[in-house]
Amino acid sequence: MTSSLPEAASSNAPESVAGRSEAPIVKAPTGIIGFDEITRGGLPAQRTTLIVGGPGAGKTVFALQTLVTAARKYREPGIFVAFEESSRQIIANAATFGWDLPALERERLFFLDAQLSPTTVQAGDFDIAGMLAGLQAKATEMGAKRIVFDGIDVLLTLLADAGKERREMYRLQEWLHANGLTAVITAKASENEGTATERYSFMQFMVDAVVTLHHRMHDRISLRGVRIMKYRGSGFAEGEFPMIITATGIEVATFGTSELDFDVSTERVSSGIPRLDTMLDGGYFRGAGVLISGAPGVAKTTLSGAFALAACKRGERVLYVSFDEAGNQIVRNLRSVGMDLEPYVEAGLLQFYSVRTETRSSEDHLINLKKCLSDFRAQNLVVDPLSALAKAGGHIAAVHASLRLLDHARSKGITTVCTSLVADEAINETTTTQISTIADTWIHLAYVVHGGERNRTLTIVKSRGMKHSNQVRELLLSEDGITLADVFTAGGTVLVGTARFEHEARMREQAANERNERAVRRKTAEQGEARIRAQIAALEAELESHRLAAELASSQEAESESRRTSNLSELKRLRHADVDTSEDGHRDGKRPGATSTSSTGPGSR
Amino acid sequence: MSRLVLRLYVAGDGPNSVAARTNLRRILAHCEPSTYSLEIVDCLREPIRTLQEGVLVTPTLVRLEPKPVRTIVGTLSDNTQVFEALGIEDPAKVERV
Repeated sequence: MTSSLPEAASSNAPESVAGRSEAPIVKAPTGIIGFDEITRGGLPAQRTTLIVGGPGAGKTVFALQTLVTAARKYREPGIFVAFEESSRQIIANAATFGWDLPALERERLFFLDAQLSPTTVQAGDFDIAGMLAGLQAKATEMGAKRIVFDGIDVLLTLLADAGKERREMYRLQEWLHANGLTAVITAKASENEGTATERYSFMQFMVDAVVTLHHRMHDRISLRGVRIMKYRGSGFAEGEFPMIITATGIEVATFGTSELDFDVSTERVSSGIPRLDTMLDGGYFRGAGVLISGAPGVAKTTLSGAFALAACKRGERVLYVSFDEAGNQIVRNLRSVGMDLEPYVEAGLLQFYSVRTETRSSEDHLINLKKCLSDFRAQNLVVDPLSALAKAGGHIAAVHASLRLLDHARSKGITTVCTSLVADEAINETTTTQISTIADTWIHLAYVVHGGERNRTLTIVKSRGMKHSNQVRELLLSEDGITLADVFTAGGTVLVGTARFEHEARMREQAANERNERAVRRKTAEQGEARIRAQIAALEAELESHRLAAELASSQEAESESRRTSNLSELKRLRHADVDTSEDGHRDGKRPGATSTSSTGPGSR
Repeated sequence: MSRLVLRLYVAGDGPNSVAARTNLRRILAHCEPSTYSLEIVDCLREPIRTLQEGVLVTPTLVRLEPKPVRTIVGTLSDNTQVFEALGIEDPAKVERV
């Protein structure tokens, strides 16, 4: 420890104390997941932080964890002054966190039991000057950088006088300033008392940062919260953050980095239902958050199962989180709709994580889910139903947990399909709405009751960054899986189920009728045409015969004329008549037909 | 009555420590010097010992003998309480500070 002496000596030097106020705030990390995020780096270094909370709020664990982190990660020696519990109790209680306090105690941590024995008699005024002198010597000896005063309220109660309390707190403050230690002081305050009392308002004024811890019961689930009330010279995330005590210490649930800069993928992954992929213009985006909402029994699980199966078929790992339903139950149920997940469970591609909702707070669930995701290196996540988290104590906490789960998955590129129970058909329930704001794709399944039956419909409420169908589809479950069918609207009513079937049948019938009618009409027309053609043929035949008859007649006439002419010539020759006479008679012939015929007749011969 | 062994822890010349020393001397004035021994430890001078001996506040008066060990904290201004705790007979005529 001698090697650290010079450091401690330098931090005690008055120059460094004087210079502190002008230097920018240096932060001392606490190692508490999330807390360093909301404080933007941790506690104010070489300054004092007050932690106020009710009994069991986690003050001691919080304070001890800051000390352990410093000792383990930064090799900074620290002192723990225990006013309330004995240091043995504290070390025993912290054994579950795996901090290995006994080893740290040998090297870098010093525990001071600062409890007055119950038999101690009080006779007049006293102060803590002696203890501070002792601590100063100890701090110098071990080169301590951090100090915790756990349960300062116990000490103040001994003083039993507001004026004396102030005096001793001032004494402590001066001592801390002079020693340049990063200090944490914890004080008990009941939930309703809070920090409003005169004692604490005074202390708040005195210290550089104030953190309050809360512990409430909500529906038999314990809910913890942390809030930064004040942080001199530094910005911090305001508001209360959920906090849990895990197997390794305290974790504060933040909403991730408030800047949303994830690597977004344009790669599509199948929803497991070809027609749904078509409606989504190719499927879900990889790394997207998909919300499937709907009433009980509307096939949300089946739709999730289809996604899981499709992912497994691509050879990807899927973590299937089912609340209040065992994994093998889901496997069995999905088999009835033609989805066999069993081989993928055996192949290690599909892992079920089934838990009872009520056993833990939503924060607890979240932490466990995150761990499962990273242990399994999941590429896809199904949470069925996400709304079960809301049952796990605290509506707001549940919504936050849901949001953060989706955020976490998105930041890791894990495609998430979660289902949400919507009791009533109206899709305006608050949980759903809040979750839906960060879901990238929101599919709503609903029942349509019509004609004495209940049928399932699917609608894509929204899908960011992709063209998607605005049409309502009917969801059909069969042994072969899920199919989507078109739905019809008739008179303003959506037709599904039997009504759709009837409508389809009617449409088919109507089409058939029309087809028949057309065939008949065509036949009739063809027949008409044939009839006319036949008539035309008959008439043509008749025409031909008439023409032939006419030709025959005219040729006969020409023949008879020529015969008659030759007869007449013969007669003239025989009678020795004048040739001219015969020519005149030919010229003045009264019968035109005969004349023309006679004129051509001799020529053709 | 067996011999008294006392130890008083003080923090330098702080007001409470000065008052405690004065009050204790007055109280012991009623006792025969041979019946008691008193050690005064200044925490500012022996800080590590202070921690080791579990002294939380100053002033602290410890009766080491006779057993059991008794601890009295404060300026010892309340004589009745101090006499009772130390097991000394209250002379009743001791002036109050």
